[in-house]
Amino acid sequence: MNAYQTSRPARPERDQAYNFAYLDEQTKRMIRRALLKAVAIPGYQVPFGGREMPLPYGWGTGGMQLTAAILGAEDVLKVIDQGADDTTNAVSIRRFFGRTAGIATTERTPEATVIQSRHRIPETPLHADQILVYQVPIPEPLRFIEPSETETRTMHALNDYGVMHVKLYEDIATFGHIATSYAYPVMVDERYVMDPSPIPKFDNPKLDMSPALMLFGAGREKRLYAVPPYTRVQSLDFQDHPFQIQSWEHNCAICGSHDSYLDELILDDAGTQSFVCSDTDYCAQRVLQQETGQ
Amino acid sequence: MYVAVKGGEQAIDNAHKLLAKKRRGDTSITELSVEQIRQQLPLAVARVMTEGSLYDEQLAALAIKQAAGDMIEAIFLLRAYRTTLPRFCASLPIDTSNMQLNRRLSATFKDLPGGQLLGPTFDYTHRLLDFSLLAEGEFAGPQVQEGAALDPCPRVLGLLAKEGLIKNEADDGEAVADITREPLEYPATRAQRLQALARGDEGFLLALSYSTQRGYGRNHPFAGEIRIGEVEVWIEPEELGFPISIGTLEVTECEMINQFVGSGTEQAQFTRGYGLAFGHAERKAMAMALVDRSLRAEEFNEEIQSPAQQEEFVLAHCDNVEAAGFVSHLKLPHYVDFQSELELIRKLRAPARKEPQA
Repeated sequence: MNAYQTSRPARPERDQAYNFAYLDEQTKRMIRRALLKAVAIPGYQVPFGGREMPLPYGWGTGGMQLTAAILGAEDVLKVIDQGADDTTNAVSIRRFFGRTAGIATTERTPEATVIQSRHRIPETPLHADQILVYQVPIPEPLRFIEPSETETRTMHALNDYGVMHVKLYEDIATFGHIATSYAYPVMVDERYVMDPSPIPKFDNPKLDMSPALMLFGAGREKRLYAVPPYTRVQSLDFQDHPFQIQSWEHNCAICGSHDSYLDELILDDAGTQSFVCSDTDYCAQRVLQQETGQ
Repeated sequence: MYVAVKGGEQAIDNAHKLLAKKRRGDTSITELSVEQIRQQLPLAVARVMTEGSLYDEQLAALAIKQAAGDMIEAIFLLRAYRTTLPRFCASLPIDTSNMQLNRRLSATFKDLPGGQLLGPTFDYTHRLLDFSLLAEGEFAGPQVQEGAALDPCPRVLGLLAKEGLIKNEADDGEAVADITREPLEYPATRAQRLQALARGDEGFLLALSYSTQRGYGRNHPFAGEIRIGEVEVWIEPEELGFPISIGTLEVTECEMINQFVGSGTEQAQFTRGYGLAFGHAERKAMAMALVDRSLRAEEFNEEIQSPAQQEEFVLAHCDNVEAAGFVSHLKLPHYVDFQSELELIRKLRAPARKEPQA
């Protein structure tokens, strides 16, 4: 809890052996150019010359390259994995930027100017001065319907998304529900179907008309895309099967929240469950409020 | 209970210390030096340089040491270092015809100008464990004939091309893309394909090339020529206006002669597949040549039915650093996604449970 008692972000020493934020300036420029294109065409996957990062592919190299390209010396960085600041990979990435950029880092969502995330959007609403960078494993929402990149690019170009609706319809026919619970496809600005990265569909509504810029980076696939602030983002659905988000019968065992995304813990051999907030900062802030409020 | 996911920083530090200990092994045994790896594991060094796309024996040996012998980890280390290097210029194409050969063979001609040169090879060794290597000792080395020189060794496929029997591969003068700087887009050019294959995983390419031999995209290969040796690297800096030699590389080159193509209007000609790797890397070069040829199916209007003929399938999956990263990322927490799936499967099962009672 110590991290929450001080609001001054930690500022580590920068390793001078590397360029600021690791990537060389030419590479950062190349990524920024691709980002500008992505912002100009919301939801469109822009190929970029992804570099090999000193972390493995699949562990956030796309997000890291975008973060490296947009970070300035005055930025305050927050890194979360599964909503938590202290999962090992979030720790590892935060340390990487602490070391190579010497920038301030924080666990508090409102304090951060850049938030790199894997699989969650923070519960605390984002504001216009923040950028959320997503780590993306498979950027192509049509990939599991059509494996060929040549084909899917054509489908996007022709606005040919019939197969996606057929897939969702087949779910309803087979299971009675749309059987996609994370990486739930969205329509961006009424033009491109986009994979919001493997966030739970619980987070999808936070994408719609968000005041914060959303950037998505897929390192292995060498694609990036963006949702600019205040852009319409609709989760795909049918009139008679409207999009719904997950809900829990339980409250968070720590802060008592009943409207945040909960992780399930198994406490003993008998399978006793407990539920806690996936967003550790949101949870801790609520606890702090409750303590100071009393 | 919540502490289960806390304490990440300390855990990471401790894990790294444990890894360093495992790598070092028993400290009463002399530590392995980078120079020993470079000198005594040259084939491992060659593979790491080839798939790491960086010709530096010392750094490759260092990577092997640091990776505790895990080759894919070593390749990854070298690649991550390579990304940080500036790219000054592209060299002129290396001239493998003028290679300083230490091995050369052709399976298509019994004798040919320059002759066959067996050189250092595992071929024809009996794979019997040599227990004498358990003991350390002096190694006498082969007898050397002073003043012996090689005759000129023109390339075998060049001889066939002179007769028009094999399709000529001419330089189209196009600028060569660099797949480490620009994203690969499909369909790729042959130059891009060859770059991807050269960096591709030896095991994956070996399996794919084997699949073509077993009928999944058969292309009737003959090992036209395999040559291993030193080649000079030349660059031509713009401000100089003439080429200068900057050093030598050891490379393995394989040219396969494959099934012929022809039509009513064109005379039948053999086709070729090409493989090139750093150092002594014969298996890799052969596998690469076979897969290169099978990926030319569309160019030769062949039916595309097999994995080894499908460009996207091969190129998107041949990189072991990408593959290893994405497979290993499954070790990262997926609590959130899994919770979504749990919630969904419980929801899907709920009505089914109720039905029998109704």
